[in-house]
Amino acid sequence: MTLLDFARGPALKVAISVFCLAVTWRIVAFVLLRIRGDLNRPRASVPASLARGLLTIGTRSWPHPEFIARTGAGEALGYSYHLGLFALVLLFTPHILFLGSLVGITWPGLPSGVITIISVITLTLLLAVLFRRVTNPVMRMLSNFDDYFSWFVTLLVIVTGLATTAHFGAPYQRLLGLHILSFDLLLIWFPFGKLMHAFYIFPSRAINGALLARKGAPS
Amino acid sequence: MSDSAPLPVANLSPAQSMAPADRVAGAMSGFAKELGALSAFRLESCIHCGICADACHYYIATEDPQYTPIWKVEPFKAAYKREASAFAPLYRLFGFKHQVTADQLEQWQHLLFDSCNMCGRCSLICPIGIDVAALIEQGRHAMFDAGLAPRELYEKAAHQRATGQPEASAEPYREQLLAIGSRFQVEIPLDKDEAEIMLCLPRTDIEHYPSAVAALARVMQHLRVSCTFRSDGLVAENYGYYAGGKDWQRQISRRLIDQAIACKAKILLVPECGHAYAALRWEAAELYGAPLPFKVLQVTEFLAAQLQAGRLKLGKAATGATTFQDPCESARKGGVNEAPRQLMKAMGVDLHEMENHGGFSFCCGGGGGVIDIERAAPLRYRTLESKLREVDETQASTFLTSCSDCRRTFDDAQAHFKWDKTPQSLLELVAANLVSTTGPA
Repeated sequence: MTLLDFARGPALKVAISVFCLAVTWRIVAFVLLRIRGDLNRPRASVPASLARGLLTIGTRSWPHPEFIARTGAGEALGYSYHLGLFALVLLFTPHILFLGSLVGITWPGLPSGVITIISVITLTLLLAVLFRRVTNPVMRMLSNFDDYFSWFVTLLVIVTGLATTAHFGAPYQRLLGLHILSFDLLLIWFPFGKLMHAFYIFPSRAINGALLARKGAPS
Repeated sequence: MSDSAPLPVANLSPAQSMAPADRVAGAMSGFAKELGALSAFRLESCIHCGICADACHYYIATEDPQYTPIWKVEPFKAAYKREASAFAPLYRLFGFKHQVTADQLEQWQHLLFDSCNMCGRCSLICPIGIDVAALIEQGRHAMFDAGLAPRELYEKAAHQRATGQPEASAEPYREQLLAIGSRFQVEIPLDKDEAEIMLCLPRTDIEHYPSAVAALARVMQHLRVSCTFRSDGLVAENYGYYAGGKDWQRQISRRLIDQAIACKAKILLVPECGHAYAALRWEAAELYGAPLPFKVLQVTEFLAAQLQAGRLKLGKAATGATTFQDPCESARKGGVNEAPRQLMKAMGVDLHEMENHGGFSFCCGGGGGVIDIERAAPLRYRTLESKLREVDETQASTFLTSCSDCRRTFDDAQAHFKWDKTPQSLLELVAANLVSTTGPA
């Protein structure tokens, strides 16, 4: 069995299984804890609170005007590399074909030259994010293994992807195998660390927005 | 934490003496008691972006990273991940999170109490949408159970729980209230068997601002509404809420709830006191264990409703350029934003808003019981500097608020900084500008 066969065969199956089971368990674990109602008389109706919660998913995507001066640049940096990641995952033709084999539909992709440019930009942004994390005293204090390892596995997928498309340093098959293996690693790590925020972010914003709306408070 | 100033040792009363192991056990069980799906979700969702620091006046004033709001619950976040999260066994196996120690908890007293007003501004900035302030409140509960509430808050909460007053006074508050009625020549409705509205008071007003007490009585008299104070439920503040003693908070709230039920009140009117409003409006029913059989209204929202219904008319107030301090607990966390502005508009007040106002206003620095913590004063003054600058930048000559603790904090700032502004009560301004209505109340 070649490295590529292993990476996209048993390793990928194990990675997807771990991902699905662990993500499910991490979410089910919340539900097993108590979910409390609130006996205090609400100021807003349930539909109005829910609507505000849904709205908060969008509005919290960018800081309130009162905060922009202090946080706008940092948030822009964060969102920028996320956009790069989305473009790489969703708009590179080989990825589309892989995802298409899972979901049954495909869509047009971007030319590989454009993808390469996006990869380089995203890589640069990821390095900037790391630089910020280690130089900003607040972020440095808050950071732990999870932050650095999650950053590392994300970076690894992009680096191996770039090397694969550029046929850099090794035969294509081996590079592709390494790229898929790095993706397998990301899938396995995903449920155990902060990458889970991909599942949490929208419900979290919605819940906070709805609870604040219940009080008539700004969100 | 090398970028941070060293944390001071815990400030405790002798009654809070406890073995280190018991402190840790108390904190963990205190935190676990409240650990529901929502708080677990909040703890899990943090991506360590540190953006919450940029909403916090303690961080902004000092640039000391330890004042980052989410860091203030770090021991509890670690304990949750180690003991109760989905992969807790893995955290323990690989030693990703160490067990919380009594020393760490003692140090955290400064972060959870001295340097946090529980103002909730951090909950509005988090890009993930985590209600950081709610976690900090839970952290305070755990600290209380570990015997680590600051001495001043602990002692006041204990006194209030036992007597109804946070501190002994030369004259009981009931007598002081009646004396205020005589001095300001206003009727004090007291201990009526039945009333539509039950009134209560910030003890800060009784002790420092009797004119605000008289203003409340005068406005209610003017409106000719059926209302009463109750001797056994006079004090609006809840030091159990500040100290983090949830059971004590419940007992202190219960005193007011029982009195409101006894006089068959339909409304419990909370005076100009931000945290009293939060404790009664948004937490009391939960602690009581059932929906309250009456409404809880903050005095400005009650008066704004009277205004809208045509039962209250106000004359023009000659205040000149005026600015307004929104109390965090009633405005940002409680939703009372429009009512004070409606009252000011009705009086023709020339309102010059601060750069950060309404739900985004910076805290006065005294909230969350911080004004009562002696050793917190130097840090509090540091955070106040930018707030006073914001007030000055409005070029207002009149400075209003609707919270007695804000008022007391700014009064203190006036003395400390030789500041030229005197905070005034919005309620007192309303009382001074009442216009007779011809219709029935």
